Amino acid sequence: MDTDTRVQIDDESDILKARQTVRAIAADLGFDLISQTLIATAISELARNILKYARSGEILLRPAARNGVQGITIIAADKGPGITDTALAMTDGFSTGHGLGLGLPGTKRLMDDFDLVSEVGQGTTVTATRWARRT
Amino acid sequence: MPVPILAQPPYLIASVQTALTDADLIGLQNDLFVEAQKRRCDGIVVDVTTLDVIDSFSTRTLQNLAAMLRLRGVETVIAGIQPAVAMAMVELGLHIPDIRTALDLEAGLAYLRARSHRTVDRGH
Repeated sequence: MDTDTRVQIDDESDILKARQTVRAIAADLGFDLISQTLIATAISELARNILKYARSGEILLRPAARNGVQGITIIAADKGPGITDTALAMTDGFSTGHGLGLGLPGTKRLMDDFDLVSEVGQGTTVTATRWARRT
Repeated sequence: MPVPILAQPPYLIASVQTALTDADLIGLQNDLFVEAQKRRCDGIVVDVTTLDVIDSFSTRTLQNLAAMLRLRGVETVIAGIQPAVAMAMVELGLHIPDIRTALDLEAGLAYLRARSHRTVDRGH
């Protein structure tokens, strides 16, 4: 899609770049400050997961629309080791990376729609969308 | 970019000016810990008013700093967490039970001063 914005995740500074990029796009799409912050926090977790587990990957940002409601979709994809037990990875407090274990379940709470696809040895793709609230 | 640390004896103030990378955060944690020992500080305030995102890594780093300093008798106050940031932290599931928080820098310092007085009183 021609409206996708791509952020390559190779090092720590790309986490900040991903946050700033998604915040700017969310603001353009009409998300309020609180939603922008929730989305920026979610992308921070997803970008760090890519770095921590796969070393590199990419994040695509895609405007979405459903029933006249504006949304923003984050697609975070890597070709890392993949997740053996995706159900376990979605459990609060579970981590193989010595973190707080809140990255994936927390990101799901910050977004409205959340989909995790992972194959061992192939990589992981998280697709998450947040919809603007009708006012 | 390193975070400037201001000495206001017996306290230290770290004023975060811009978004921090993970390396910046670890640097801040180490600098504050070392500086607090060197100056025999009672307490430190980390002013995060300018931070627009506090994620799990930032939280864990601040938490670790506070825990290390507490073992040395130094109190840590995080000041100025923005309303939207507070909402995102709670949604994400982040809790900082061991860290004192304050509305802003001034309130953080006021808390530390009151605490210092209590500590002195107990000593007499």
